[in-house]
Amino acid sequence: MPIKTLMFGWEFPPHITGGLGTACKGLTRGLAQCGTEVIFVIPKAFGDEDTDTQSIVGANNVRIRTKSFFNEFSQLSNEEEHTEEFNIWKELTYIEVGSVMVPYLTPEEFHEYIRSKENISKSFSFKSVKDFWLAKEQQLSAEGTLSFSGKYGTNLMEEVSNYAIAAAVIAQQHKFDVIHAHDWLTYPAGVAAKKISGKPLVIHVHATEFDRSGENVNTQVFDIEKMGMQMADRIIAVSNLTRNIIIERYGINAEKVTTVYNAVEPDQMAQREYSKSVDDKIVTFLGRITFQKGPEYFIKAAAKVLKRMPNVRFVMAGSGDMMNDMIMHAAALKISDKFHFTGFLKGDDVARMFGQSDVYVMPSVSEPFGISPLEAMRSSVPVIISKQSGVSEILQHAIKVDFWDDDAIADAIYGLLNYNGLSATFKHYGKIEVENLKWENAALQVNEVYKLAMN
Amino acid sequence: MRTICFYFQVHQPFRIKKNYRFFNIGNDHYYFDEFENRKIMRKVAEKCYLPTNNLMLELINKYQGKFKISYSLSGTFIDQMELYAPDVLDSFKALAATGCVEFLSETYSHSLASLKSKEEFFAQIDAHDEKIFKYFGQKPTAFRNTELIYSDHIGEMVAEKGFKVMLTEGAKHILGWKSPNFVYFNARNPKLKVLLKNFKLSDDIAFRFSNKNWAEWPLTVEKYKGWLDAIPHNEEIVNLFMDYETFGEHQWADTGVFEFMRALPEYVLRDPNYRFATPTETAEMYSPIAPVHVTHPISWADEERDLTAWLGNELQDEAFDKLYELKSVIDRIKDPKLQLDWKYLQTSDHFYYMCTKFFNDGDVHMYFNPYSSPYEAFINYMNVLSDFIIQIQRAEKTAHELSADELHDLLEQHKEEMKALQAKLAALQQNKEKVEAGNMAKPKVAAKKAAPVAKVEAKTAAKPAAKAKTGAKKKTE
Repeated sequence: MPIKTLMFGWEFPPHITGGLGTACKGLTRGLAQCGTEVIFVIPKAFGDEDTDTQSIVGANNVRIRTKSFFNEFSQLSNEEEHTEEFNIWKELTYIEVGSVMVPYLTPEEFHEYIRSKENISKSFSFKSVKDFWLAKEQQLSAEGTLSFSGKYGTNLMEEVSNYAIAAAVIAQQHKFDVIHAHDWLTYPAGVAAKKISGKPLVIHVHATEFDRSGENVNTQVFDIEKMGMQMADRIIAVSNLTRNIIIERYGINAEKVTTVYNAVEPDQMAQREYSKSVDDKIVTFLGRITFQKGPEYFIKAAAKVLKRMPNVRFVMAGSGDMMNDMIMHAAALKISDKFHFTGFLKGDDVARMFGQSDVYVMPSVSEPFGISPLEAMRSSVPVIISKQSGVSEILQHAIKVDFWDDDAIADAIYGLLNYNGLSATFKHYGKIEVENLKWENAALQVNEVYKLAMN
Repeated sequence: MRTICFYFQVHQPFRIKKNYRFFNIGNDHYYFDEFENRKIMRKVAEKCYLPTNNLMLELINKYQGKFKISYSLSGTFIDQMELYAPDVLDSFKALAATGCVEFLSETYSHSLASLKSKEEFFAQIDAHDEKIFKYFGQKPTAFRNTELIYSDHIGEMVAEKGFKVMLTEGAKHILGWKSPNFVYFNARNPKLKVLLKNFKLSDDIAFRFSNKNWAEWPLTVEKYKGWLDAIPHNEEIVNLFMDYETFGEHQWADTGVFEFMRALPEYVLRDPNYRFATPTETAEMYSPIAPVHVTHPISWADEERDLTAWLGNELQDEAFDKLYELKSVIDRIKDPKLQLDWKYLQTSDHFYYMCTKFFNDGDVHMYFNPYSSPYEAFINYMNVLSDFIIQIQRAEKTAHELSADELHDLLEQHKEEMKALQAKLAALQQNKEKVEAGNMAKPKVAAKKAAPVAKVEAKTAAKPAAKAKTGAKKKTE
């Protein structure tokens, strides 16, 4: 009997802002290969998503105004009616009360934004669950659907709760054996689907609020995460690092949490050759320029390497809230003629950047997994990764350093640039290693988790 | 008798392409945004340069030698007139021809070289003054440094370069209780006279003219003349220094700024106590009353009247230092294209875009700034500079190799030498054959066959052989 899973994501290629969508696609493809059927739900379906291996359901296309559903809840009049269903909507009411109205933001900007308390407006306040439903009814379109941007922005919290409403309807309309929800934005949806269908819930933790915000966690997000973890029957963590955070910071029973490492899809574009336009060696940092990614350690290491050898350039590709500080930092160290910033790289430019790189460095302070070193290795680029990243738990052919140890990072960069034997080994075996990290294998493990949840 | 000295700064930078990315480094060696530069030059030409030049010409003709003004045109501005606005160049030539207009000296690229390299500073002054002479037939005697930047040291260098007078800001923190309305002299070299901008009366026109929140708005010529009259009797000169773009660009035509300027000379000249003069004339007419002490460089920019608009933050200092590190290599390689780029990259505007003070003067900065942030400006500039450095390094590698002309000469020389040697060889062969023919009777046939060929070779080679000798001589010399 093949397992059928109802999966909730926030984005799906080609419409992605981060790595989560890519990972979801890889996983569903892997699941399809082991015979598991996937109904993939996203807030907003654009219609051009790849549907070879799974069907795509857009919450924006779901009719909420159905007799069997909407009326039932809009009849709930007061807080005495403490049914199970009632509790989840109360949860949502609570989420929305604290919701914020913000323009379009990237995920890290959003976290930056909601961290600063003055931005939290109490624009919504529902006296009762009934008010909440009446307000929701106002939002319905003529077709009876809710609209979603599917982005991290314009009242994200409201979208999160609307997504849960749509999820409940979707759960009524489809047949499935297990529910699978990716990251906190979809936990309320997963929980709602579980309440409606009674099917087991698996949540997949790609990152926690601690990874995004360090110690200054946003309590709203933390509460949603914790609620999701508690309601889940099983939890999948992308690394042992993340598994430990779930157990220690969220107080979840260790037995409930299984580590399944991410994989990387085979390179679609074979190996395109990107010719270098400069004679110098190129060392690359590619990722969001935020505290968690450790950009300053990369700059410090760069300055140390440049003292020893002139024929090397460093590139910091990406954008983020620390970018301007990093530009200043590089200027103050007087290395700006050899240290370049590209801003956020789109599409082909990522492959182009890897194609020109001689070394890839990921000095993350905290990284639940970290898929980009795998992409670098796939392009035959030797990688230096921090021991504080999930991916370091599985990689053999990578140089591992402590993120704060810029001496060690400088050392490793220098070695890889100057000792060809070393870099050749890493290039060769690294590529083989990463090609063996297959989504099929990850999917098999996910299937085992499903079975545990279903029993 | 009181003298009014008008001076206008006319400058356009060669703006660099706004999206010069990391991937361009090593590939793209044309840095300047031709479309944008042309567009801005044309826009300002229509709104300011052409109508204002017409107005000035009209006034000069009307007052027959009594209305006088001065300009400093940056070298980059002149280059842009050549490229995009020959009509503006013609109108400046027409102004020069009146004899009532003085053209000042400055650095070619409106650069900050005076703060870094005396050699480069002087080289740029020479390059600039050559251009001025070429188009306007004047050898400048008065000096105006970029954005009125001045210090005792800079003044000393300018005196050394042979200038008699220099213009700068009448900054409050320099003058204290003293008035800008006198001629001063440089604290280190008394031969250099210093004219100080009356920033109150200058900025009334340049900045405040159209400001409706200003208590004195609207500014009329009567009112302005009243302010001139209110200056204490013994104060001799009033230096009105401003951006030329005040007319029509910063203050739009509909503010009445052109009408104001048209009426001003009449009101001033009607009063027999007033006259107009150029900076050199002003300096010659009056004896300096005191030295002006400026230990740290001043400028006419912002509230602080210092250098912080261009230098001082990490970004600006890094870019500035990295740029001037190249000086000695640039001089060595003598590549005209790279030397021109080097000049254009020195233009102070590039550093102005990297300024991070965004409070009092932020709006003025934003007005001139094509970048959304100083960081963006810095990254773009450094990417260009990185490519430029690569270009220089490549050029340096081939610097000991020769230029195309030199290479051509050498090849010619070489060819002639080869011809001469061939001729010699042919002659020797002929001799050898003759000798052989004389010695041996039998192999005559072979010798005969070879002989005609050798003769022909010897004939054709005879003439170049003579040339080759002179060529060889040259070489040994």
